[in-house]
Amino acid sequence: MPAGIKDKVAVIGMGCSKFGERWDAGPEELMVEAYLEAMKDARIEPTQLDAAWFSTHIDEIGTGKGGTPASLALRLPNIAVTRVENFCASGSEAFRGAVYAVAAGAADIALAIGVEKLKDTGYGGLPVANPGTLAPQTMPNGSAPGNFAQLASAYRAKHGVSKDDLKRAIAHVSVKSHANGSKNPKAHLRNVVTEETVMNAPMIAEPLGLFDCCGVSDGAAAAIVTTPEIAKAMGHSDLVTVKAMQLSVSNGLESQHNSWDGSYFHTARIAAKKAYKEAGVENPRKEISMMEVHDCFSITELVTMEDLFISEEGKGWKDVLDGFYDADGGVPCQIDGGLKCFGHPIGASGLRMLYEMYLQLKGRAAERQLKSPKLGMTHNLGGSPSTNVCSVAIVGLQGV
Amino acid sequence: MVGIVAFGGYVPRLRLQRAAAAKANAWLAPGLMAKAKGERAMANWDEDAITMAVEAARDALGPGDDRAHINACILATTTAPFADRLNAGIVAAALTLEPNAGASDITGTQRAGVTALSTALGVVKGEPKANVLVCAADKRRARAASTAELDNGDAAAAFVIGGKDTLADWIGGAVTTADFVDHFRGAEEEFDYAWEERWIRDEGFAKLVPPTIERALKSAKAKPEDVAAFILPATFRGVADSVAKKLKIKPEAVRDNLAAKVGEAGCAHALVMLAHALETAKAGDLIVVAQFGQGCEANVFRVTDKIDAFRPVRGISGWLEDRKEESNYLKFLVFNGLVEWDKGMRAEKDNKTALTTLYRNNDMILGLVGGRCTETGVVQFPRTRISVNPNNPTVDTQEPYKFAEREAEVLTWSADYLTFAMSPPNHYGMIVFDGGGRIFMDITDVEPGDVDSGTPVRMSFRVKETDEKRGFTRYFWKAVPDRRRIAAAGAKQAAE
Repeated sequence: MPAGIKDKVAVIGMGCSKFGERWDAGPEELMVEAYLEAMKDARIEPTQLDAAWFSTHIDEIGTGKGGTPASLALRLPNIAVTRVENFCASGSEAFRGAVYAVAAGAADIALAIGVEKLKDTGYGGLPVANPGTLAPQTMPNGSAPGNFAQLASAYRAKHGVSKDDLKRAIAHVSVKSHANGSKNPKAHLRNVVTEETVMNAPMIAEPLGLFDCCGVSDGAAAAIVTTPEIAKAMGHSDLVTVKAMQLSVSNGLESQHNSWDGSYFHTARIAAKKAYKEAGVENPRKEISMMEVHDCFSITELVTMEDLFISEEGKGWKDVLDGFYDADGGVPCQIDGGLKCFGHPIGASGLRMLYEMYLQLKGRAAERQLKSPKLGMTHNLGGSPSTNVCSVAIVGLQGV
Repeated sequence: MVGIVAFGGYVPRLRLQRAAAAKANAWLAPGLMAKAKGERAMANWDEDAITMAVEAARDALGPGDDRAHINACILATTTAPFADRLNAGIVAAALTLEPNAGASDITGTQRAGVTALSTALGVVKGEPKANVLVCAADKRRARAASTAELDNGDAAAAFVIGGKDTLADWIGGAVTTADFVDHFRGAEEEFDYAWEERWIRDEGFAKLVPPTIERALKSAKAKPEDVAAFILPATFRGVADSVAKKLKIKPEAVRDNLAAKVGEAGCAHALVMLAHALETAKAGDLIVVAQFGQGCEANVFRVTDKIDAFRPVRGISGWLEDRKEESNYLKFLVFNGLVEWDKGMRAEKDNKTALTTLYRNNDMILGLVGGRCTETGVVQFPRTRISVNPNNPTVDTQEPYKFAEREAEVLTWSADYLTFAMSPPNHYGMIVFDGGGRIFMDITDVEPGDVDSGTPVRMSFRVKETDEKRGFTRYFWKAVPDRRRIAAAGAKQAAE
């Protein structure tokens, strides 16, 4: 395994727009909001940026294709802007591009910015995606909740969990995220909900009800990265550095080979193992202070607790019900409300997760600040359970 | 001798209760209440003449997937999804017939089913080693609140005509062609325009059918009183009985026209009745099958002693038992495009089919053919140059592997209320096959509660989507709960 990028890159500035139904803003304005906050935080001028990575997923609406939308919106000084797209993990990909450029020495300071403007479709839920010319001739006419709901049927069958028990466990996932999101002024959904409300909500895709699905939001998030040496020379202290960044991509095993049982994310397990090794984490349940995971649906978060090796396989649902992932639990998860309540502007989500980890590590998370966190993990997934890309990143205080 | 070497049929699972439809329209057409009896077969939204023909053919051809013995495929239908694209070619592709097999559509009249049978018999008379697959299917649309809406039914039948091991030998036939227009449907029209029933009965059936059957029996050197099964579809009460009486065919030989259970399946109906009759036929039985339409066409068969050894996979009787009563008349209207309903913005997606992609992947999409690695034995869908086998991704080792006739079960599933669906919730999931391989696919012919992990399923060729902008129908395979295997498993469990 390569040496990795542990502590080679520091985050010196981050920004995040208010997420939600931003009827007032287009993707350009959302990007400006996140960018200006990040630039102010980093205390740099645009001319100090060497390169940028820009992520957005659905270009049929929103920004359109290419790197130009970011360059135009932010009036970047004619630097390289690379547009990246990797489903819902696009934001993590923008960050990875910027981090690798700095680690390679190709850029001293790099920008990662992600945006999604979803609320220009005229209807609720995610826009209908364009899957190419072959897939629509065979693939089911489905939706994101229907695809992720598949996990529930397989998880129940494999672990012998009753329909009611699993429904209650995934309801707790959402109740917890709403409680956390209520304390986040930038979150899309800030209402506290009860388990009963979640359990009795209208069915979207069996067994997922309305409250098992994350918000469909507009938003943008940005990060500015450099080397720890440059950061210190610029006067930044208490540096947050990147400990690991891993991405695992399906190769068809899950969708075409009968060795996968449908109850977990094959890629997440691979990415998590590699990330722990890169970061030097040996016991994640003890060493990871907090997490932001890809809770696009409650069931996704539940199985992810096992895929990240925090819960034992088949026991994740019990940990969830025991409150292990609540704000006052063993490993607080979605402390900012997660995709569920902060919202899920696809191309921005990976960067939004890092934004919360950054705020927490810097002690700037206000009402939801955790007590001295040291290592934060983000898990950003794109695609469907049977075909996906999974990013796992670990960030922490320098020297930890 | 030349004759029938295999037969099968198909009746869609949904059965519209005529009383429900008649009651819904009684305020408008009180006369419909006279027909408020029994049920009619109602195709699911994703079934059409082509998909029903494929099901009937599979019923006749049996569970094996080697169809190399079929030399041609004829499809009889007056409700073909395509006016210019070989509809029988789609059936042939779904059945994975050999590329050198012929295919042709026979259409334009309600007697097309029997004409297709005659055509196939003609081919085999010329080439006794040939096997010709004849499929007949119709899904006739009728205006809301019409009598035709209640009389019609959706169904299909299929026969293999050959020269060896015949179940029923062809012994004679006759045809009468007359431009008798009992009804018509102009080339650009959606619905039939029909003339007065009494005229059709008295000038059409009564005058054109008996002489045709007389000639057919004469050519067969057979006597009318020896006829064991007389098949003559007609929606008017007593027509077949009076024709039989006139011809001196015994009243008990007149076959049930299945009006109470199926309705009349257009040009397929005589063949549906023939497939049904053959299920209980005995060696030596004389069968007359006739169909009215711009004259009349009739064929005469003598059942052989091979009949006892043959069974279709389910047969018309089997499909008749696999039924779900449907009392929601509005659902019938929606499925048949008879009501303008709000499909929502999600239905606005463009369903344009890349014909290049379709052709490049023809056996995958229409035939459900994947691949099997000749080195490792790993089975996968779709077939690819590099194998999916995680430990040994061999290159260029895959041979075609057919999935359509293999037993399968549900691994993962959901019932999706969000996505656009013609019959929500849309069920779909990962289907795993006995012998290996899996496909993430739609599940059809289900209601909420029917599906769980482990549910046995069978494959069914269905309409995937229709491109309303361009008039193109896209087909693929879907999983359907295998209710025979489910019932067998239930019975076994009860016994234990």
